[in-house]
Amino acid sequence: MSTLLDSHREDASRRDWQHILHLDAMLLFSLVALSTLGLFVLYSSAGGDDQLVLRQCIRLGIAFSAMAIVAQLRTQWVQRWTPWLYSVGLLLLLAVLAVGDVGKGAQRWLDLGFVRFQPSEMMKLAVPMMVAWYLSDKRLPPSPGRLSIAGALIVVPVLLIAKQPDLGTSLLIASAGFFVLFLAGLSWKLLGGLTLLAGAGAPVLWHFMRDYQRQRVITFLNPEQDPLGAGYHIIQSKIAIGSGGLFGKGWLNGTQAHLEFLPERSTDFIFAVLGEEFGLFGIGVLLVMYSFIIVRCIYIATQAQDTYSRLLGGSLAMTFFIYIIVNTGMVTGLLPVVGLPLPMVSYGGTSMVTLMAGFGMLMSIHTHRKLLPT
Amino acid sequence: MRVTIKDYLFESHLFMQRSVQALVFAGLLIAILVGRLVYLQVVAHEHYITLSDDNRIKILPLPPNRGLIFDRNGIILADNLPSYRLEITPEQIHDMPATLDELAKLIEIRDVDRKRFDRLLARTPAFKPIPLRFHLSDEEVARFAIDRHRFPGVDIVAGLSRHYPHGPLAAHAVGYVGRVDERDLQQIDASNYSGTTHIGKVGVERTYENTLHGTVGYRQVETNAEGRVLRTLVRTPPVPGKNLYLTLDAELQHVAEQAFGERTGAAIAIDPDSGAILAFVSEPTYDPNLFVNGIDTDTYQALQDDDNQPLFNRGLRGQYPPGSTLKPFVGLGGLETGITSETAHTYCPGYYQLPGKARKYRDWKRGGHGTVELRSAIAQSCDVYFYDLALSMGIDRLHDYLAQFGFGKRTGVDISGELPGLLPSREWKRAMRNQPWFPGETLITGIGQGFLLATPLQLASATATLSEYGRRMKPHIVASTQISDDPELAPVMNDPLMYIPIEDREHWHAVIDAMHQVVQGPHGTARKVGRDAPYAFAGKTGTAQVFGLKQEEKYDAAKLEEKLRDHSLFIAFAPVDDPKIAVAVIVENGGSGSAVAAPIARTIMDAYLIKSDTTP
Repeated sequence: MSTLLDSHREDASRRDWQHILHLDAMLLFSLVALSTLGLFVLYSSAGGDDQLVLRQCIRLGIAFSAMAIVAQLRTQWVQRWTPWLYSVGLLLLLAVLAVGDVGKGAQRWLDLGFVRFQPSEMMKLAVPMMVAWYLSDKRLPPSPGRLSIAGALIVVPVLLIAKQPDLGTSLLIASAGFFVLFLAGLSWKLLGGLTLLAGAGAPVLWHFMRDYQRQRVITFLNPEQDPLGAGYHIIQSKIAIGSGGLFGKGWLNGTQAHLEFLPERSTDFIFAVLGEEFGLFGIGVLLVMYSFIIVRCIYIATQAQDTYSRLLGGSLAMTFFIYIIVNTGMVTGLLPVVGLPLPMVSYGGTSMVTLMAGFGMLMSIHTHRKLLPT
Repeated sequence: MRVTIKDYLFESHLFMQRSVQALVFAGLLIAILVGRLVYLQVVAHEHYITLSDDNRIKILPLPPNRGLIFDRNGIILADNLPSYRLEITPEQIHDMPATLDELAKLIEIRDVDRKRFDRLLARTPAFKPIPLRFHLSDEEVARFAIDRHRFPGVDIVAGLSRHYPHGPLAAHAVGYVGRVDERDLQQIDASNYSGTTHIGKVGVERTYENTLHGTVGYRQVETNAEGRVLRTLVRTPPVPGKNLYLTLDAELQHVAEQAFGERTGAAIAIDPDSGAILAFVSEPTYDPNLFVNGIDTDTYQALQDDDNQPLFNRGLRGQYPPGSTLKPFVGLGGLETGITSETAHTYCPGYYQLPGKARKYRDWKRGGHGTVELRSAIAQSCDVYFYDLALSMGIDRLHDYLAQFGFGKRTGVDISGELPGLLPSREWKRAMRNQPWFPGETLITGIGQGFLLATPLQLASATATLSEYGRRMKPHIVASTQISDDPELAPVMNDPLMYIPIEDREHWHAVIDAMHQVVQGPHGTARKVGRDAPYAFAGKTGTAQVFGLKQEEKYDAAKLEEKLRDHSLFIAFAPVDDPKIAVAVIVENGGSGSAVAAPIARTIMDAYLIKSDTTP
């Protein structure tokens, strides 16, 4: 394992292509493999809609470009501009609430004339950056006072996004911020206290939820109560996955997906298509790819030379994991239906670009290191 | 930044520790996910495969074609005609009201059609065709065909619909089919009828429902989430119902029905040798085609309200006093039980009195028949002779002997809805009326009046049994079944029900000879009817009282309302030596048996026997 992750050793004398291009080969190749697998599944779930697959290819191109560009930015430079990025993001979130476009019943978009922009996507990166920036200033673990300020840095944008309402994104941003705190050494006592607080806060949260969000929770608890209405998604996706068995029905042969029983099959529920057509085996391959990427990212974070990079890198890795677990948990009926895509596989653009920008940042962290004596 | 090496190492260590903890956390959650997947894809796999198949695979029934019904000579009595219905597929229609208005110019669309269509339109997926009109006429089909290009999404669909080409002919025997209703659903195998719209309601159509219906086939189809059929996976063809060949002779049936003219009543003709029903007349009759696709309320009400009750199956369900037609059976009973002999004499003064009673039981002939013995008593239908004989036999022996001929019990014929008639007995009267049996009741039972009731079918069957010297067959109307298109016919077996024990064949011969005298003897009550017959036949007239006369009152047909007039009855069989046909005829309120019922019986026998002779 260690040789696998250590294959690239810092060696001043060897300025290989990875350092010149500021890319990490392992991460890059595993991401390419992952998105290739994703394209295959998407091709099947799209049911012969070549245009849809083509658009996804273009998006992947944009996302990989974003990754490559971000990877060129020096970490110190990024760190310097972090408060500005965060502040602008916060302002834009307020702007969205004031003048944002309404799409699918939620106010998420800001129309800048030439492009529609989702400030919450920006905050997926800006929040962990800001918390890492704030905490890296002093020694770790942080004092309770600093922790509460860091908490406020997280909670304010999370609430603003939850109010749009976009439960999935606010959940992701909250966990991104949380993982910065956790990796910075948030004490277990405090963590336990927060968990208790969260349990007590659930009824309050319920009070703030929109009807459709409440319905999702109710549906999650008992999908069979409304098999043709709210429970339909979960029932059909469980049938798709369960009927796939060990090796699946074969590529393009998923009846649940191709006969249109499975809703949202190209977007949030694409995991069920994979499960139906490639079975437990196919899902295993996907999970191994995901795990490899997460472990590689965590490794990169541990190899980082400054606190900011470490906290940010680790948080990005864990956010990627949260993406995966929330989506797969939802599709397999373990978690309530929360509108989060399956990273790098689901059809959809904006979140993928953000995600890849995050990987770009990790590559930058790994390839812009100063040389230290070992 | 005040970062010392010590701090750096500490923070680095802390971060490493926390990273490992985070990875453990992630690993735990992934393990839970994998556990869930193993449950879904391995443990519960079978369950979800079933659900997945249930999702996509639908089973569509393929209804079998109903078997046809033929007469004994292959004349078709019930067939399946192509019928055309107009269907509209909503998703292909841009402007539904406009389309319907345009269609109404070509094809009659009634309000009821429109209402039913709107109802279906609201609850049917848009890609499923909805019927607008059934049973388009050829003209309507042709008119639509010309303008078809103007109506994309409107189609004429051919189906099969039951049709009775001869309309009212033998309707009471053949019966009819109608739409499956709630009551039917409780009795049928729902899966076998899943594509079937019609079911036998009465007559042979009902009795042989299982044979005629056949077995449903299936088409397993794959559908998408909307229910649209994408392809057929498996096709199990239906097994068509079997054809039925009846014992009925359609030509004879026609002649018999014609013979009734406007009169109401029933005539049953049976082949005594086999019990095969040759003609089954119940007049008036009705057009069964009216019922196939739902009769409209007005027509149905008119049939119901008709005084002559065309829907009433008189052959099976009409229970009449047999009147004097019972006398041959009573006379035979007297001989066989040893109560009387062929030569025993009785004096008929025109009335009969029970010993010590004042009441006079009248003979139909005012002045009496004088001295009569069995043959003359039957030939002239002397009531007094049979009053005396019945009294001597007693009700118990009388009941037991008549029961052997099937009186008072359903014959078990294979046409649904038969009634049993009534053969009274001491026990019956005790049980039903809680009264003792009176001797006067025995007297009138002896001449076929009183409580005694028989259906025309029972009378015909009893006559056939008499003609065959006690060999009693169950009357039946289905001769054989035929698997569709298979030239082989499978006969429906019919063994004798019983052989009535014979004391002396001479007794039977005497009674049959007496019946021969009725029609072809010099003093017979129906001698006018039998006079010029080219074959020897035996018969017995009957006139059944509908209306009880008071003592000393004289029957005057002209004065009585038609509904209260006597029923006219006649039983007969021919040829005497080798019976080929036995007939029972009842003409309601027809008056005397010899004048009305007997000529009808003669017409039927002529049609059957003379035709049979000329066409070997």
